[in-house]
Amino acid sequence: MRHIISLLMENESGGLSRVAGLFSARGYNIESLTVAPTEDATLSRMTIVTKGSEDVIEQIIKQLNKLVDVVKVLDLTEGSHIERELMLVKVRASGKDREEMKRMADIFRGRIIDVADLTYTIELTGTGSKLDAFLEALDDSAILETVRTGASGIGRGDRILKV
Amino acid sequence: MELTGAEIVVNCLAEEGVEFVFGYPGGAVLNIYDAIFKQNKFKHVLVRHEQAAVHAADAFSRASGKVGVALVTSGPGVTNAVTGIATAYMDSIPVVIISGQVPTPAIGLDAFQEVDAVGVTRPCVKHNFLVKDVKDLAATIKKAFHIAATGRPGPVLVDVPKDVTAHRTEFIYPDSVAMRSYNPVLKGHAGQVKKAAQMLLEARRPMIYTGGGVILGNASEQVTELAKLLHFPCTNTLMGLGGYPATDRQFLGMPGMHGTYEANMAMQHSDVLLAVGARFDDRVIGNPAHFAREQRRIIHIDVDPSSISKRVKVDVPIVGDVKQVLEELLKLLKASKEKPDESALNTWWTQIELWRSRNCLKYNRESDIIKPQYVVEKLWEATKGDAFVTSDVGQHQMWAAQFYKFDKPRRWINSGGLGTMGVGLPYAMGVQLAHPDAQVACVTGESSIQMCIQELSTCKQYRLPVKIVNLNNRYMGMVRQWQEFFYGSRYAESYMDSLPDFVKLAESYGHVGMKIEKPSDVEPALKEAFSPALKERLVFMDFITDQTENVYPMVEGGKGLSEMILAEEL
Repeated sequence: MRHIISLLMENESGGLSRVAGLFSARGYNIESLTVAPTEDATLSRMTIVTKGSEDVIEQIIKQLNKLVDVVKVLDLTEGSHIERELMLVKVRASGKDREEMKRMADIFRGRIIDVADLTYTIELTGTGSKLDAFLEALDDSAILETVRTGASGIGRGDRILKV
Repeated sequence: MELTGAEIVVNCLAEEGVEFVFGYPGGAVLNIYDAIFKQNKFKHVLVRHEQAAVHAADAFSRASGKVGVALVTSGPGVTNAVTGIATAYMDSIPVVIISGQVPTPAIGLDAFQEVDAVGVTRPCVKHNFLVKDVKDLAATIKKAFHIAATGRPGPVLVDVPKDVTAHRTEFIYPDSVAMRSYNPVLKGHAGQVKKAAQMLLEARRPMIYTGGGVILGNASEQVTELAKLLHFPCTNTLMGLGGYPATDRQFLGMPGMHGTYEANMAMQHSDVLLAVGARFDDRVIGNPAHFAREQRRIIHIDVDPSSISKRVKVDVPIVGDVKQVLEELLKLLKASKEKPDESALNTWWTQIELWRSRNCLKYNRESDIIKPQYVVEKLWEATKGDAFVTSDVGQHQMWAAQFYKFDKPRRWINSGGLGTMGVGLPYAMGVQLAHPDAQVACVTGESSIQMCIQELSTCKQYRLPVKIVNLNNRYMGMVRQWQEFFYGSRYAESYMDSLPDFVKLAESYGHVGMKIEKPSDVEPALKEAFSPALKERLVFMDFITDQTENVYPMVEGGKGLSEMILAEEL
């Protein structure tokens, strides 16, 4: 099953490689990983999307907790949560496709953030599956380039990951 | 007062009460060596290869319970140390390794003797640091010792660039360490401990299975008390030997791939299994699916949560310091009016004695070629069972574990997890320095000993009177055994040709050499080696042993624990 694991770790050099190294050394699956400092500059927040059986996920969480720099680990998927990913897509937008592209972006609540003679760059935010759906809705040949951030997640309501 | 980084390193080690630093100098650590030259708080032991520095520091820790310290230079100094670090990591041994690094402005420029020490060692350390500012140096070393020794122990590397060792700052050594990200749980959950006590009292076929965690956690007294209180059988893993006295009737020997018949059968057929500081390793329980086939309830006490339910699902997990948890458990058991069912326990013991009567460790005592098992038995007698025994890796290691009966913890020093050939001699050095007056034997083979043979020179320099028991069968014995069993006796590259004359070799290093070729000479040789006349000397005993002897019992890789090959079946 797909799990979104959030963690807070000391914002020190090498933190990312400790986590990435753990996943590769123990053969854990890693779908995406995002990291950035938090409002407290001494802490980094990482969101890891992974897949595995319950036993494997349990081990992943224990192993992450075992890293000396890791302060807190939370499996967001265990409770109610929100997940968002940002995607930038450069699409062919010429001739009769130009209007169609604008319409597609509107339907998916995307925004056109760069306009050129022959292309649009569309910004789209949502769950991973929404971004997938947008790409599927487009003609393959119209997609020139995509870049995705990987998922970030946060718990709903008073489910808070903080030190 | 302002000190240089090098002086700070030396002062930190002194503050930690370090007695020995095992190391090898080089460009990046010359400032530190200069500071060592000017102090007299601790002794530096000059090894002949950095691998041995870490092994010796590791063994010093295993034998003394203190943190071992190694000092190596940048680049090849660090890469040579990696085998030692990984060995300590796999067996959870607290070691602090200080490594030199090229000056900070040169980092990343492929400077001479530069290697990314933090990157290279990351997968085999508990934690590591690169100190970029001399102001952080003292606090980092304090943290390194704290992390190495607490929770589940392990090696910690501190990489110090050369310019940092030259920079000056005020030296303040912190009294304590507070880390929001690192706070090992030591006290077991009271409800879980209660559940465990109840489960033990209800057991009809109980088994106590303890590992290296009991040695590291200094809990052998508590294990022994618990086993005695309940009259339960006990087994110790390779890493846990000495956790329960081996000469006691309730001890069933070691479990696992080369465990005793009675220990493996009792593990497999128990209805309540108490695992303490052990990790259900593949060499201990064999095939986990086969192990899980028998219905049993498992209580698992360990300081490392990630060791629990990793390979085998357990019913009562208890995270905590093994000693503290066992003490809580003992309190409850002593206060309880209930006792385990006596008749069930008697039936269980009858069954165990039946298994024990198979005498699974028997070997041919009539042979006119020296049997390796016989040498270890005689070693046990000659040292009155009271020596510190180090070993290398292979058949001799298993025979030492099976035939030397360890009654005390921290007496058996070997590489259990990583299985590093070459540890035996440097291990013996670390042990001998920790216990200068103790008898220290290194049980090894002609293949393993050659992997760190250069340390005979270190032994000479520091007058370390180690007794080397070389079980010389002219084969990489364990490789040969697997080739015999599983590869149609095709002995690919497992034969040791062109061996040195070990007697002359030992003598050339200034030691005493002996060659023993007849069974009748085994006992006299050992007696002489351990006699007062040779008390101050390193003695290299080269025993020419049976080339075809195999280690039994054996559980083939992937097979179940109760599917053993016994000697008589062949």
